[in-house]
Amino acid sequence: MKTVDDLERIRKQAKAMTRLRESAETTKIVVAMGTCGIAAGARETLSAIMDELARRNLQDVIVTQTGCIGLCEQEPIIAVMIPGREKVSYGRVSPEKARQIVASHVVNGQVVGEWVIPTG
Amino acid sequence: MRFYRSHVLVCGGTPCVLEGCTAVRDALIGELKRLGLDEEVRVVETGCLGPCDLGPVIVVYPEGTLYEKVKVSDVPRIVEEHLLKGRIVRSLTGEGRVLGIARYEEPQYLEVQERIVLRNCGIIDPSSIEEYIAADGYRALAKCLTEMEPSDVIEVVKESGLVGRGGAAFPTGLKWNFTAKADADEKFIICNADEGEPGTFKDRLILEGDPHSIIEAMAIAGYAVGANRGFVYIRGEYGLSIDRINEGIKQAKAMGLLGEDILGSGFSFDIEIRRGAGAYVCGEETALIESMEGGRGEPRVKPPYPSTHGFLGKPTVVNNVETLANIPPIILDGSDWFRGFGTSRCPGTKVFTMTGDINCKGLIEVPMGITLRKIIYEIGGGIPGGRKFKMAQTGGTSGGCLPAEMLDVPMDYFTLPEMGSALGSGALLIMDDSHCIVDIAESFMRFFASESCGKCVPCREGTARLHDIVKKLAEGNGTGEDIRLLEDLSHTMQRTALCGLGQSAPVPIMTMLKYFRDEFESHIKDRLCPTGTCRL
Repeated sequence: MKTVDDLERIRKQAKAMTRLRESAETTKIVVAMGTCGIAAGARETLSAIMDELARRNLQDVIVTQTGCIGLCEQEPIIAVMIPGREKVSYGRVSPEKARQIVASHVVNGQVVGEWVIPTG
Repeated sequence: MRFYRSHVLVCGGTPCVLEGCTAVRDALIGELKRLGLDEEVRVVETGCLGPCDLGPVIVVYPEGTLYEKVKVSDVPRIVEEHLLKGRIVRSLTGEGRVLGIARYEEPQYLEVQERIVLRNCGIIDPSSIEEYIAADGYRALAKCLTEMEPSDVIEVVKESGLVGRGGAAFPTGLKWNFTAKADADEKFIICNADEGEPGTFKDRLILEGDPHSIIEAMAIAGYAVGANRGFVYIRGEYGLSIDRINEGIKQAKAMGLLGEDILGSGFSFDIEIRRGAGAYVCGEETALIESMEGGRGEPRVKPPYPSTHGFLGKPTVVNNVETLANIPPIILDGSDWFRGFGTSRCPGTKVFTMTGDINCKGLIEVPMGITLRKIIYEIGGGIPGGRKFKMAQTGGTSGGCLPAEMLDVPMDYFTLPEMGSALGSGALLIMDDSHCIVDIAESFMRFFASESCGKCVPCREGTARLHDIVKKLAEGNGTGEDIRLLEDLSHTMQRTALCGLGQSAPVPIMTMLKYFRDEFESHIKDRLCPTGTCRL
């Protein structure tokens, strides 16, 4: 490291590594990982989401899991929560669908209507 | 760079290591691998998280869930339930008491605490310089080197009102100024990490939890006073501290944050470690320097002070670990910001290791001027077993004893001495009413008699005689004359002993005689111990 700019560059890179431990308001993807979800392939869905986020360098997005929400026939289920907007749940999310949801909903803010689980 | 969806922080502070956190960490890594989660979940070993009596402690992010007293047999459940299925294992989260770490769910215990010194402890991976840099690490050093003159740095530290946290409370900026003004071909910075006060382990946990903050602060001090070499004098028993500092120095050198021409500024600074051999007196700065030079660990006559005549007779700044840990935030956020904490006479915070008869033992950082009552009952969770508070000793064995009447006195480096006590280095020993004061005094004096280095007569003879007299009292053979003799001897030692050891050895006795005199007297007159617990 030779200059202050080098330090700043390393700081920004390293910051992305520890962002997870801060409580800032940020986009969250919740994957249902109950036994039913796992049986329906939620592990693969989760891996696909992680991979897609890494590929797109989306460091601000938090991925967490939840248990069975009682819609076992819709598994794997994922929910996308963007601050200030309503939570959207998707059903029967294959790894391929998950990648598209990341691209369309998380990146561009376009809800993928046809896969949404209708609520209410 | 790898992407992780979850970080599991395992407390790697010495108290948790003793409770078996290393086995828990290994079990975690093994279990994650077994379930194929090792690519998604990162295990990070951190410094002390604070609640030492709950160890081994782990925290799972992004939820910020704290699991306490984790056993190896609990690990599969945490991994499968929480990390795979996302269900928090409530039966292992305890009552949710959190002493210090940042947690989203229940921040109420944090309200009383302020984290300046411990800003990174338990939050970052101490073995990663990148994580320290992410937490604004080395920005203060960069600011000093590129935007500030050495005299500006000293001015900010002076303005901040920071005083030495090793116990003597000497203004840090003033100390730096003496060394900066001294004319010499070479100057030195020494970090005093020879933490020897019984019950104090805060410096150890700072070094283990955030070693780079000390390395950065030493480089800043070097720039401010014109020194190019620094030494960290660490107790030989502090194996993990030594490893972490060594690792930190290596990383900083590799990144060019130590060594020649740091950040292209022309300023060079290097740090080495010196290991102490376990003598209590070597925490005294001149004895420490004697020992670094290869001599017997005995204090020198002062003045001249180390700031002008220190290591190898050259101007030397000797600062305590906690004092140094305050420096980078002060440089970054300014003296006004720092003065926003604590009291106007004594700004900032104080780190304590809380032990003894208290429900929540551990590492805490509180604003200066906080009352003992707040610490014991709001952070410490009160006295176990519904017993009554008897006394608290602040600052280790050489600190003063505070009785219940003093529960509401503001604790800082200036108020307590005015009341005949001392804040000291950072131990907080709480005792309930089952302890006999004469018995406690006897054990304290035995300690000093054994640790006196023997160089000066008042301390060599004084500590031995203090112990003899107190022992006589404890055995029920004392007379009224003995109390007068204790007081006389204490006054003499305070005024004539060569160094802090002999001067402060009588402090606990003096404060005990002041606040618990009737207990001493009943041991003499009635040959009876009011608590009924001592050997009488």
